[in-house]
Amino acid sequence: MSIEKRKKNAVWRKLKISFFYLLIIFIVFFHLAPFLWQVISSLKNAEEIYSIPVKYFPSSVSWDSYKHLITSPVFLKNFFNSIIISLATTFFCLVFATLSAYSLSRINIKFKNLLQLLLLLACLFPQIIFLVPLYEFMAKFHFINKSFALVLPYVTFSLPLAIWMMAGFFQTIPKELEEQAMIDGFSRMKILWKIILPLSWPALATCAILIFIGPFAWNEFLFALTFMTRDMSRTVPVAIALLSGASMYEVPWSRICAACVLATLPVVIFVVLFQRKIIAGLTRGALKG
Amino acid sequence: MAKLELKNITKIFDKHVVGLKGLNLEIEDGEFFTILGPSGSGKSTVLRIIAGLEKQNEGDVLIDGMNINDFLPQQRNVSFVFQNYALYPHMNVYENIVVGLRIKGCSSEEIQNRVIEVSKLLEISELLKRKPKALSGGQRQRVALARAIAKRPQIFLLDEPLSNLDALLRERMRTELKLLFKQLKTTVIYVTHDQQEAISLSDRIALIDKGTLKQIGSYEKLYYEPNSLFVASFLGSPHINVLKVDVDQEKFILGSSVWEIHSDYLPRIRNRKKVIMGIRPEDVYVHLVSDKNRFPAKFLEVEKMGKYAVLNLKLHNEIVRAVIEKKLLEGTRKGNDLWINFEEKNLQFFDADSYLSL
Repeated sequence: MSIEKRKKNAVWRKLKISFFYLLIIFIVFFHLAPFLWQVISSLKNAEEIYSIPVKYFPSSVSWDSYKHLITSPVFLKNFFNSIIISLATTFFCLVFATLSAYSLSRINIKFKNLLQLLLLLACLFPQIIFLVPLYEFMAKFHFINKSFALVLPYVTFSLPLAIWMMAGFFQTIPKELEEQAMIDGFSRMKILWKIILPLSWPALATCAILIFIGPFAWNEFLFALTFMTRDMSRTVPVAIALLSGASMYEVPWSRICAACVLATLPVVIFVVLFQRKIIAGLTRGALKG
Repeated sequence: MAKLELKNITKIFDKHVVGLKGLNLEIEDGEFFTILGPSGSGKSTVLRIIAGLEKQNEGDVLIDGMNINDFLPQQRNVSFVFQNYALYPHMNVYENIVVGLRIKGCSSEEIQNRVIEVSKLLEISELLKRKPKALSGGQRQRVALARAIAKRPQIFLLDEPLSNLDALLRERMRTELKLLFKQLKTTVIYVTHDQQEAISLSDRIALIDKGTLKQIGSYEKLYYEPNSLFVASFLGSPHINVLKVDVDQEKFILGSSVWEIHSDYLPRIRNRKKVIMGIRPEDVYVHLVSDKNRFPAKFLEVEKMGKYAVLNLKLHNEIVRAVIEKKLLEGTRKGNDLWINFEEKNLQFFDADSYLSL
């Protein structure tokens, strides 16, 4: 190959790589743009938000919206409610999912496949179908405005996916390990606790994050709106939707954006914390452990 | 140490797949007993039933005369070494060894003693702090054995423990296993599909196929006095030559070759029309020149192995293999005609329909 040709090739390769990077930057920007706009808007003051022509960057950073939010006892309480309810949902969901997934994947039960299919079926019904009956139920047993009113349906609706995920993971753990444990004298529960769970951290973490940020914990709106009727017992998504300005005609965009940014933070923290485990969990199966 | 009996064990999987069919075994105290069979023969199932990991549909398992059918695996006092070793990945070697002992309720002093003992025996003292991930295949094998031995079981159950090792290591571990269990003097039941392992390790071998026991006995017995064609052709490498021959009174006929029968097995086959004749490749003698009672065979192919070579010859329409010394090859080449004969005492005969020995 001549030197010229080789040079040409090198240039071409560099071009390709730069194009590739440009594409990546574009995709990342495309995905993050709404969030970025939110952050920027949350830092603008009320006038700048409505100014025409649009001002892309605030002339002076205003932390007013944030200050307003974190000094508001109602919003703080709502935030706290969200955290408690989401964590409780995640926790109980993991407990039940682990137990049922283990028995589905390892213990011989009759109609195992049917059970698993029924689980999946439960996911298919739209949430709205359950709204009224669930409301009646909660009202009858005086759970309205109590965290339990949300945790119960959240756990129920998150469970099928969690069980499927965990069962899939348990099946990748060699059966011989458990048989060895049985010969060593472990009981079933001990096998689960001492052998299976320590090996399941990646799956548990992945599962936890998917439940936490999934449709039935942190982000849930419909049930939260319906079952929580008092300001102090609401969760963040509903609280944000109900944020209102001084008058009927004023929409406090800046504050809404600030609240959204704040609401995103716990999820980000959660993901960052478990990120390595999650990647391990998602890519498991691609490589033989 | 214990004597183990299996009485009429039948195992059926998924309601109709027969795993084992009326299996009877009696394994003496301190015996190294091998269950040999092709893959899918049900040999691992036998082991799993003895360990209690699988429940037989019929039959009894007895240790020292006591029926243990309803005992859970942990109540049976057996150690199991799995093919993939089944070391707990999240525990280090030391924990892997002691976790079972702790559950059994051994005192910590006792546990210490046993760990020291087995790690000396298997030379794993330096590995105790390591996780299984950081061990080589051979080391994992040792740890799995150490864990099994530390338990001091009545019976060791080993399920193809060497098959995950490379060829060189496998040969070394084979020798080590032999020495190790000779030292321990415990009953060992060893499952393998590798006849070489079976030969070099065991006192007795049970050959099973499709869930039924084919023959049981020492390797010599199985090799020289097989009770069926299956046993004869499973053992030995290269495989025994199998020839379908016609019988006419006192003559064998294979194509155009005819040879007379002299010896004492004549009464057993003279009234038959067809028999299957088996002859081990090492018992086929190859000559460059013709003589009486030698049969012409065409030289097809040769596989060299060390000092010897395996000749593939065409005798009538059948392929016959012969193990010869390599220097014989100097006088001939592929495509030539050679001459073979055999001693009648080395021949084995099987019924043409039932494949049982005559």
